Amino acid sequence: MESATTPIASELRKTALNAVHRRLGAKMVNFGGWDMPMEYPATGGLVAEHKAVRNGVGVFDVSHMGDIRVHSGRAIGGALAAVQHLSMNDASKLAIGQAHYSAMLYPNGTFVDDVVVHRLGEDDFLLVINAGTREKDINWVRENTRGFDCVVEELSDAYTQLAIQGPRAVDVLQKLTDADLAPIKNYWFTQGTVCGLPNVLIARTGYTGEDGFEIYVPSDAATSAMVWNAVMDAGREFGILPCGLGARNTLRLEAKMALYGHEISEAINVWEAGLGRYAKIDKPEFIGREALLAAKGAGVTRALVGLEMIERGIGRDGHGCCSENGTAVGVITSGSPSPTLGKNIALAYVPPALSAVGTTIFVEVRGQRVKAQVVPTPFYKRVRKAAVPAA
Amino acid sequence: MPYPTQFRYTKEHEWVETKGDVATIGITDYAQHELGDVVFVELPKVGAAVTAGKSFGTVESVKAVSEIFAPAAGEVLEANPELQATPEKINTDPHGTAWLIKIKLANPADLSGLMDAAAYEAYVAEKTKEASA
Repeated sequence: MESATTPIASELRKTALNAVHRRLGAKMVNFGGWDMPMEYPATGGLVAEHKAVRNGVGVFDVSHMGDIRVHSGRAIGGALAAVQHLSMNDASKLAIGQAHYSAMLYPNGTFVDDVVVHRLGEDDFLLVINAGTREKDINWVRENTRGFDCVVEELSDAYTQLAIQGPRAVDVLQKLTDADLAPIKNYWFTQGTVCGLPNVLIARTGYTGEDGFEIYVPSDAATSAMVWNAVMDAGREFGILPCGLGARNTLRLEAKMALYGHEISEAINVWEAGLGRYAKIDKPEFIGREALLAAKGAGVTRALVGLEMIERGIGRDGHGCCSENGTAVGVITSGSPSPTLGKNIALAYVPPALSAVGTTIFVEVRGQRVKAQVVPTPFYKRVRKAAVPAA
Repeated sequence: MPYPTQFRYTKEHEWVETKGDVATIGITDYAQHELGDVVFVELPKVGAAVTAGKSFGTVESVKAVSEIFAPAAGEVLEANPELQATPEKINTDPHGTAWLIKIKLANPADLSGLMDAAAYEAYVAEKTKEASA
């Protein structure tokens, strides 16, 4: 047996909760240069963690994510102008306390990174970025905001970021904060006292396709462990589990949320990735806009589709897709067994002619051609709770 | 989980038990633990030849794919028929009912270099120490 995981090297970066994860017996892996928990076998492992998030609640340490604040320079308006230049979504449409999914693009319309933009104030924004692209992203933001009257601060190391996810996440976090969480809508945030810590950013966001919150607390080890333990204690009655990157990946895959380096990259444009609804090309200007307009006219040569394996076999990242006679037609960007559906699922780039639901595609799994079929995505969509009727 | 003393072990975490010229091959408790929840097993057909040191199948968890290497050369006599429907048995009983294949040994001397249970336990203790360093 040979393990596919990467050995731990001593120069890996660690979050403030590293010792906590190790004490919990987490299986640690190198993720983009970070020593992160893949799963916690002692409490049930990946599948149990996945199911906890779908049916109850789980907590993830996502402190490896980066945070960039862009705020006003000498006058109000410079930060908004800078964010509008950097980000393909329209930040002027955000209310204070609201966030949205977006991306920073290269001039050719491909991805620097995807990003969640939070509007903290009239002219004050927080961009949450990926761990593996932190340095590239901060350099990109600094270089491309030079002409703007704004201040760019990298706050990545200032915060421990915890994602509390699942239908019971709201119940768990409500026990720890004075902020009223019920009225916070999806992709909105507030600030409140959490575990006695004032002004904690509490966002109803996540990367699991489930309801949940992400909170940002000071990153010293003692505070981070105090909050982690408080969340675990508050969640005990709901069966909370610590969750690793393994479950984070299967959860986001079922929800068809993109992962940088897989579904999106510097070689894939917004239209191909199926993220056009977040690209506001009616905005007068942003980096990549001209290329996106041209690409839209030209049409795409590949499209991201969901696959379900019909025959025995698991399509994995990097496996080729082909027609029945073996002609190569595309590649899987993410593939895994789906713990929720009990099927083997994948996302793949294929020509638009092969992207219709029901189309048969073959996946090359270690030299064998395994039959799969294009299916509707997302693979999993949560049932939203009906609004509670007024008393 | 104890490592049976009648088994011999490879550095790639397979175990092998011989009775006459028939060898039963599986993966160790350490291996199943490293993999996590096993969801898929692919084994050779009865009658196929396996080569010492070469991959004869795969065991997949949700997260990882592992090649299984033959500790010795031989012809496949049986492939565990239950693992297709219940691959998770590898997590619960890796040294028992979740054996992978039985082969007729072509050259029993292939097994001479393998570790005994004590040596294998020391070997995985070292691995575990490295991982938590």
